[in-house]
Amino acid sequence: MVNTKVDLCGIQLDNPVMAASGTFGYGYEFAELYDINVLGSFSFKGTTLKPRFGNPTPRIAECSEGLINSIGLQNPGVDKVISEELPKLAECFDKKVMANVGGFSIEEYSEVAKRLGECEQVGWVEVNVSCPNVHHGGLAFGTDPQAAASVVRAVKEVVRKPVIVKLSPNVTDIVSIAVECEKAGADGISLINTLLGMRINLKTKKPVVANKMGGFSGPAVFPVALRMVYQVYENVKIPVVGIGGIRTAEDVIEMMLAGASAVQIGAANLTDPYVCRDIVRDLPEVMKKYGITDLKEIIGGAHNG
Amino acid sequence: MKECIFEIISNTKLADNTYEMVFAAPEGEHGVTNPGQFVNIRIEGYFLRRPLSVCDWDEKSLTIVYKTVGKGTEAMSRMRPGEKLSVLTPLGNGYGTEALGERPLLVGGGAGVPPMYGLCRTLTEAGRKPVAVLGFNTADELFYREKFEALGAEVIIATADGSEGIKGFVTDAVKGLEYTDFCACGPEPMLKALDKTITPEIDGYMSFEERMGCGFGACMGCSCETKYGYKRICKEGPVLERGEIIW
Repeated sequence: MVNTKVDLCGIQLDNPVMAASGTFGYGYEFAELYDINVLGSFSFKGTTLKPRFGNPTPRIAECSEGLINSIGLQNPGVDKVISEELPKLAECFDKKVMANVGGFSIEEYSEVAKRLGECEQVGWVEVNVSCPNVHHGGLAFGTDPQAAASVVRAVKEVVRKPVIVKLSPNVTDIVSIAVECEKAGADGISLINTLLGMRINLKTKKPVVANKMGGFSGPAVFPVALRMVYQVYENVKIPVVGIGGIRTAEDVIEMMLAGASAVQIGAANLTDPYVCRDIVRDLPEVMKKYGITDLKEIIGGAHNG
Repeated sequence: MKECIFEIISNTKLADNTYEMVFAAPEGEHGVTNPGQFVNIRIEGYFLRRPLSVCDWDEKSLTIVYKTVGKGTEAMSRMRPGEKLSVLTPLGNGYGTEALGERPLLVGGGAGVPPMYGLCRTLTEAGRKPVAVLGFNTADELFYREKFEALGAEVIIATADGSEGIKGFVTDAVKGLEYTDFCACGPEPMLKALDKTITPEIDGYMSFEERMGCGFGACMGCSCETKYGYKRICKEGPVLERGEIIW
């Protein structure tokens, strides 16, 4: 028997496998495909104060081993998420869910985080200071250590549950931002959000996505994500959630060796809707193959010690 | 929606850049119920699946007709019978045929012709008398004319260069026809032009294309604004009612 249980900010997960925000909706659509209670948890679609349609289409461009998306935080707004989406989720998911919060001002982050944090189903609040697809917000907070820290402080004042900050890789020094977030009271760090990328259509000679640029994710970004998780783990004491290009149980173990206490699977859900279920299924076998009996013992195992 | 592994029975060139692929689908495993639904196919070596409209289906098979528009569909065109593909199916709403009248007008342009075939078959089986207007750039791209005729439908061909049928666009070909309502699939400029051509009193249903991430409603990649609110082309579409479309 192997033990896949891990702890994330005081909440035990049956396994470290979570679906990443923006690739899993509010969960219930995947519940038509399989019992999503097999997951450790998942982070639901980034939610803002007001409803947002998001960016013009096309919003998607294919890349080698990945895709660019430029959704622009489309969501029904916090009122509808609480009144409609979360009750639907409750019918198919018994575990604590991670609430992903987007915003355009410190006040908005604070208000949305407070309201979602008060929901019984929500276990953690994940603050997205790293969306590359919206102007005047999102990423602007995630590229400056002090700005990120001020969002964390404001959210921590109004949320009693663990607050996890989701960081952008589009920075020169992700460690300094993680460190400032920790000092400001963050309970965990999740990384990475998407890398800012672009494709140009040779026939039209214009960018493929309407917003010109978008967030690049998929298996191609795994080594970048792994490296950043490794660096951040070395410099903070709070747990790290590893995100970026994961698609197999082997990838999960590699990310945990770099320092992740749990992981999120993003782009892979879009091409294989069963991928999270399959990773959970495969994990015990892959653990045995590599002589791992207790998954939490390998967290950060690749660091000198 | 579920993932099926389907074996290719045949993959045949129909016309310039146009291929028909038939999958074995035992016991109607594809789950397709409405014409205009689509499937999302994984192609080895390409990250995103390829969303392709269903042309026809029965209890044992599923047929798609696709154009080679890029490297992914070109790779598809080289596949052989016996190869197996991962297919997410069925996707999207499709056309509701119950609400259509006695003589529906079916308009297909280029890659928009295939779903009109399944629709035409469904309607003729239900005793309706559809008229099909099929538009192509040139005669070398023409396909399925005889198959539509074999269903007993009236078929009118339009080619932009006049090499077959009426010279001009589908909007030229529909003038003077009598019909109870219409269904259309094709490039967005064609749909828009059709909407301007057909009198507003006539009900219509149009199928839209958009670049998709997942094809099953998870990523919000293909959202559009309608008069009834935001819709995902892959989930609440691809078929929209004429009256809800914001051009």
